[in-house]
Amino acid sequence: MDWIASLQGLVGGVLIGLSAIWLMATLGRIAGISGIVGNLITMRPKGDSAWRVAFVLGLISGPLLLMALGGGLGNVAGAPGEVVGAPAGGVGLMLLAGVLVGMGTGLGSGCTSGHGVCGLSRLSPRSMVATVTFLVCAIVTVYVVRHVMGGGA
Amino acid sequence: MKTETLRTVMGYIAGLLFGLGLALAGMTDPARVLGFLDVAGAWDPTLMFVLGGAVVTTFIGYRLVFRRLRPLLGDAFQLPTRQDLDARLIGGSALFGIGWGLSGYCPGPAIASVGGLTAPLFAMLVAMVAGWFLARAIPARE
Repeated sequence: MDWIASLQGLVGGVLIGLSAIWLMATLGRIAGISGIVGNLITMRPKGDSAWRVAFVLGLISGPLLLMALGGGLGNVAGAPGEVVGAPAGGVGLMLLAGVLVGMGTGLGSGCTSGHGVCGLSRLSPRSMVATVTFLVCAIVTVYVVRHVMGGGA
Repeated sequence: MKTETLRTVMGYIAGLLFGLGLALAGMTDPARVLGFLDVAGAWDPTLMFVLGGAVVTTFIGYRLVFRRLRPLLGDAFQLPTRQDLDARLIGGSALFGIGWGLSGYCPGPAIASVGGLTAPLFAMLVAMVAGWFLARAIPARE
């Protein structure tokens, strides 16, 4: 096992947790990316949009900052130090995956951050069920693509 | 400083922490995510450490935060109150899981990876937004 990669994962996870705590302590909001960004784009909530735009800018500038710092602080598999990894497929596959991710998180009211991080931390039964459901479906999907169909992503 | 400006600054700091965390953890690499989901292959445990670190930190931090009656810059904590399980929650989460398994992108990492934009990632982001609009078009049954 790659202990450095795991340790970076742990440190990154703690930072994500601090982000969730920060957002709750200051604005009283759940740090769920699909909720923050999805509602911003589809609803343009009046008087409740500026912090969402700022959050997205922050989200994008985090990795950019790591790139600018250099020094190999990223954690891309097989390319230690790189910050952003290559997509796992072409445009067609990503169009399909993107619609599923958007529709799924929209209908299910959350993604890995909202249900997975914030929801589990609140011991929310809905989030627990959602997290188990998307984890199992993702694991089955990867199994089918890689080991049944053989190849692909 | 006006409260609205402060709220925007706090939102930026939260996003920055989140983006730094994702990048440092390697979650901006779909191969790491898919490696975790591939339990029958060369399993990559990184995502487990990320989720574990995030949940434990948030679990403790939320308890401290909720000792206060309200957030620093808001009237009330805005928390989901629903407890019921419905088809929308479970079906939506299932669809999300399939898309996540196909791409290795969930919404956070997909957006955070914009600094290394590629044509497939751009397609992913556009389709994700289309998916959010589609979800809104499907009426919720009461």
